[in-house]
Amino acid sequence: MAQIFAYIVHKNGVADDTALELLTAAKKIDPAASVTAIVTGEGSALDAVAGQVAKAYNEVWKFSAPVFAYPNAEAVRPLLVKVLPAGAILLVAHDTFGMDLAPGLSIKLNAALVTDVVGIEGLDGSTLKLVRQEFGGQVSTHVAADVSTGAVLTPRAGSFTAAEAAASGPVVDKSAEAGDLVVKRRFIEVVAAEVGDVDITKEDVLVSIGRGIEEQDNIEIAQDLAKAMGAVVSCSRPIVDAKWLEKSRQVGTSGQTVKPKVYLACGISGSFQHLGGLKGNPFIVAINKNAKAPIFQVADVGIVANILEFMPALTEAIEEGK
Amino acid sequence: MEILVCIKRVPDTSENEIALNSAGNDIERDDLVYSVNEWDNYAVEEAIQIVDRVGGSVTVVTVGDDESEEVLRREMAMGANKGLLLADDAFAETDGRGIATILKAAVAKGTYDLILTGALADDGAGQVGGMLAAMLDYPFASVVNKIETVNDKTLKIGREIEGGNQEISEISLPCVLSIQTGINEPRYVGIRGIRKVASVEIPTLAAGDLGLDAAALAPKVKRLDYFVPALGKGAEMLEGSTEEIIAKLLEMLKAKGGLK
Ligand SMILES: Cc1cc2nc3c(=O)[nH]c(=O)nc-3n(C[C@H](O)[C@H](O)[C@H](O)COP(=O)(O)OP(=O)(O)OC[C@H]3O[C@@H](n4cnc5c(N)ncnc54)[C@H](O)[C@@H]3O)c2cc1C
Ligand SMILES: Nc1ncnc2c1ncn2[C@@H]1O[C@H](COP(=O)(O)O)[C@@H](O)[C@H]1O
Repeated sequence: MAQIFAYIVHKNGVADDTALELLTAAKKIDPAASVTAIVTGEGSALDAVAGQVAKAYNEVWKFSAPVFAYPNAEAVRPLLVKVLPAGAILLVAHDTFGMDLAPGLSIKLNAALVTDVVGIEGLDGSTLKLVRQEFGGQVSTHVAADVSTGAVLTPRAGSFTAAEAAASGPVVDKSAEAGDLVVKRRFIEVVAAEVGDVDITKEDVLVSIGRGIEEQDNIEIAQDLAKAMGAVVSCSRPIVDAKWLEKSRQVGTSGQTVKPKVYLACGISGSFQHLGGLKGNPFIVAINKNAKAPIFQVADVGIVANILEFMPALTEAIEEGK
Repeated sequence: MEILVCIKRVPDTSENEIALNSAGNDIERDDLVYSVNEWDNYAVEEAIQIVDRVGGSVTVVTVGDDESEEVLRREMAMGANKGLLLADDAFAETDGRGIATILKAAVAKGTYDLILTGALADDGAGQVGGMLAAMLDYPFASVVNKIETVNDKTLKIGREIEGGNQEISEISLPCVLSIQTGINEPRYVGIRGIRKVASVEIPTLAAGDLGLDAAALAPKVKRLDYFVPALGKGAEMLEGSTEEIIAKLLEMLKAKGGLK
């Protein structure tokens, strides 16, 4: 049976929420697995994370070095190639670090790669059956990965419930095994996202628009509705890419995390990157012309309609009722 | 700077409702509108802008079939200088690793300082760029939303990380970057532009030309089926006339504090 490892992402001395989700994913591959967590970093922040993770994992491997002070996949990849045993299965969360690390790692380890895993059905011999999504979540697929030479898997955040912190493993300092690493990408700094004129993270009611708004001139339709409702306009990524609204209005993993009471998703398909920015269990109303849009799976209330007609009609009804 | 941009022809999800075929082994592909993968279009625009600044040329390459020629031509109409089609029946059943293997073989036939891919394609994998970089032993960066040339050996790049923050690094050339949407504003391609490149010769290379055999392309990962998952709780769908729907919705919004 292959050894299973989880690479833990962390920030400011705290492990990411996915740390315990990866453990659940590992147990779905092999319920009896003894799972080793790998943490890289430097100083007291690293020690804090290692201690925290050791409360759940059977063992923690710690690698401390200045080159790991900022999580640079170009440094972590050669490290993992050096220290992972042959045939290992490595789990890392499907975030922008995982996207950076995993594909190249699978090549260097000659291992199977399955990214953005949303389900694990189990191992049969050396065939691991997993679930993923395609076409922006419109359809799912089962995939079979040949893990006889190992695997690199990137589970999607939130797709596996966090495991209980049941084990209690030793923290093993393996820093000496890192040796010299050739790194051809040098981290300089993080530039914080721009602050905009409104703070959508503090709003109770958001009228959010996606590509379904079709044209820049139609943004007004959303602004009118928001005004009538006493709400604020937010949006999905394509609206910001097109420069129709500023970045500070974007909801999602690469935008803002919002916690409204009511969220009107208008012409938004419901990609996981968008939904990743929606927290606090709001009342979600989805309006979309495609009855099969994935947004209807997570919404509380769904309306199949053309937003360019429905939104003005709703605005008018609200105005009349005032 | 010699730049290679990897592009893929995909069903346009904003134009199509994706449904399963009756056998459940594929999506229904009849009547689908195809276009160039959104992320790849940004990558080509970025390559053109870099070449406008520092000189060089842009080659667009795709692993596909005869129909993929149209996306190569579209990107050449945008301003890419050359197109390259990699097509062979042997390519059909491969996985992401296989696509990267094919692209690597094509890279070996030229000299490129910079290779761009999209961050993601229709399969949602985001894997080909990073795999290609590792096969070439080039440094890699994903979700890149800024590229500046420092000198002919180094780029200064930004990666869009969580929360919209930007991670700035320096990376050595040659390298592979996967491009995030929003890095630029891709230029519009009119029908006239497409006509201009309609008769440009696009070389096609098959497995033999690239020195690839079936063993090199054997997949480690296979898609078994397509399915639509049983809905979670699923939304309560409001039905009836627009007036009826709006009346119901207003009641709900009032109850939930959605109207002020
Ligand atoms: C690393 C990374 C980070 C990302 N971060 C984010 C993020 O933070 N936020 C984000 O939103 N996305 C993010 N994305 C992009 C994400 O993957 C999707 O591409 C995006 O969310 C799609 O936006 P959309 O739903 O508006 O567009 P689409 O997916 O194109 O959906 C448009 C929807 O509108 C419907 N529609 C069209 N016309 C009408 C009409 N007239 N009336 C009613 N309905 C209509 C269609 O049926 C469709 O469902 C990220 C992607 C990557 C790779
Ligand atoms: N068949 C292909 N031909 C050329 N490039 C591809 C192909 N498939 C994927 N790519 C490139 O890899 C990127 C990421 O795709 P994927 O790994 O499939 O999500 C795409 O945006 C393209 O740049």
